[in-house]
Amino acid sequence: MTIGRLRPFLPYILLAPGLAWLTVFFVVPMYTLARQSLNDGTLETGFRFAWEWANYSNVIDRYQEQFIRSFRYAGTATVLAFIIGYPLAYAIAFRGGRMKSYLLFLVVLPFFTTYLIRTLAWQTILSDQGDVLRTARDLGVLDVTDALGISQNGRVLATPTAVVMAITYNFLPFMVLPCYVSLERIDRRLIEAANDLYGGPVRAFARVVFPLSLPGVFAGSLLVFIPAVGDFINAEILGSPKTQMIGNVIQSRFLEVNDYPGAAALSFILMAAILGAVLVYTRLLGTEDLA
Amino acid sequence: MAGNDRLWLPSWRRRISRRRLLTGSALAASGLAAAAFVGCGDDDGGGNGEPVLDSLNISNWPYYIDGETAANFQDATGISVSYTQDIGDNNDFFAKIREPLSRGQDIGRDIIVLTDWMAAKMIRLGYVEELNKDNIPNWVNLTESLKDVSFDAGRKYSLVWQSGFTGIGYNPELTGRKLTSINDIFDPEFSGHVTMLTEMRDTLGLVMLGMDIDPADCTLEDAQAAVAKIQEYVDNGHIRAFTDNSYGDDLARGDVWAAFAWSGDMVQLKADDPNLELLLPEEGFMVWSDNAMIPKGAKHKEAAEQFLNYCYDPVNFALIAAYVQYIAPVQGTQEAIAEIDETLVDNPLIFPDEETLSRAHVFKPLDEEEDVAFNELFQPLLIGT
Repeated sequence: MTIGRLRPFLPYILLAPGLAWLTVFFVVPMYTLARQSLNDGTLETGFRFAWEWANYSNVIDRYQEQFIRSFRYAGTATVLAFIIGYPLAYAIAFRGGRMKSYLLFLVVLPFFTTYLIRTLAWQTILSDQGDVLRTARDLGVLDVTDALGISQNGRVLATPTAVVMAITYNFLPFMVLPCYVSLERIDRRLIEAANDLYGGPVRAFARVVFPLSLPGVFAGSLLVFIPAVGDFINAEILGSPKTQMIGNVIQSRFLEVNDYPGAAALSFILMAAILGAVLVYTRLLGTEDLA
Repeated sequence: MAGNDRLWLPSWRRRISRRRLLTGSALAASGLAAAAFVGCGDDDGGGNGEPVLDSLNISNWPYYIDGETAANFQDATGISVSYTQDIGDNNDFFAKIREPLSRGQDIGRDIIVLTDWMAAKMIRLGYVEELNKDNIPNWVNLTESLKDVSFDAGRKYSLVWQSGFTGIGYNPELTGRKLTSINDIFDPEFSGHVTMLTEMRDTLGLVMLGMDIDPADCTLEDAQAAVAKIQEYVDNGHIRAFTDNSYGDDLARGDVWAAFAWSGDMVQLKADDPNLELLLPEEGFMVWSDNAMIPKGAKHKEAAEQFLNYCYDPVNFALIAAYVQYIAPVQGTQEAIAEIDETLVDNPLIFPDEETLSRAHVFKPLDEEEDVAFNELFQPLLIGT
């Protein structure tokens, strides 16, 4: 009886916890941040709301370089994660056999360790005096990478390479897992059909498998790209002052300089820029009918 | 519990010492705080049958106290101590406590420890309680030269917890020579193997001394000149990074050959790798203090004062100094420490002589406006703009 009367409201009741969560943890902070970004004043004199749009133009002028750098690093890392992750997902989905779940477990295994510890480990692995670099140096590999601009003066730490590589490493599972799910779902009979229609393995992949796995690729690249743009740990631990990303700038403005309005403005610009990039990407991949 | 701690503490201490801020990550910070918390002989239950008269909450930097002092104080007074090592960076910590303090709310801490300039800011903003010296008779043991400081005349609000030097830590095997001057750090041979500190007053101060500028009396133009000089070496890749005390790991691994470094860290690092050297450069070097204060609205002010009094007894302080190995600000510690470890008595980094102290410089106290201006010059270096 009561349930019957409540029925029209049921969707709202079910939505309520989610909406409440969204309001408390998203809408309210967003509102505070938006207000903060238009404040003027300093920490000690106190901030006042003043429609200070200049905060936005100021930080864009000052931190253009870091914005561009963040998008470049995150973009490169996403492409690398795809190049490494897609074949891996493919191999697990199509050739994994009984080992599938075991192999997937191995992909997720690094997540059992803290993000920070995993990143710090690269400091040791890539150390100038470490075994990896010493071997590479002895084999003359570092001369080649130096010439290509991948390493600098025979070192990898404190170069863009170290930062991009670590971002790729840290976010790789976010690429592998969605790709795997998409690939795993593909009906094998479609591939047989392609073969029956004289499509060789390459064409079957290009015309059937890859298009069907696009939703996974799309989801994977967003899951890698979005957190990577705002990341600051990798640049902080493995980079140099010349490889600092926009996340480092925001951290510095918030915590070191206490320029809350500037930091808030930067956060908003970053959000808008990511949203823009994602929309363009969605349009390019035409994913309305994929997702 | 304290007995067991000592087994594993030394190995931790080697890896993570003071100011080891695993930067920015709340996760890491809480992890570190938790790890440190366990290491501190904390026992807030008063489990040994003593009546719990009062309790006391202390926040300090990591590895800034030995494993026994808090427990000893608890046994002696019956005041239950909760000691947390959750201060990793002056600015970060200030950002955390500013909001409640500005509203006059208790921040749940009875003692906090901050560096001179930040202590000055706290006092200026009225965020700390005046100390009742009647409860701290031992305060007279404070090193004479530290009794009157510009930001706290007569030490009404703060007492020194530790002092330290900022100099150059280096590995002579990698640099291939002894260093003597601050400007040796700019030797093109070391390109890509040099770090400086994110702490502005340490880095700017040392570079200024190398440029024959007195950091105690510098102008904004001087700061601009120093920043321009550093900028040049950031741009050409000479400076590998600006760090908190993670330079310790970099030095130990050999990735960094020369670094702006804190004296206590270097004493600890040297214990592991005797090759490492701390240079107190011929042009001079920086000296600073971290100061214990009672934040406004603290619930256990008197217990906090009792604790400070307890620590300012040289016999008790010797225990702390023997572990921390920074400069001891409590007179009489040198005599008392002989009981613990004879070799520490003559360590010039814990008990510097007059000649050494005369070459140490402090950074000029900056007012609010200058602080902002200096920071706006310095912070962009760290993010490569």
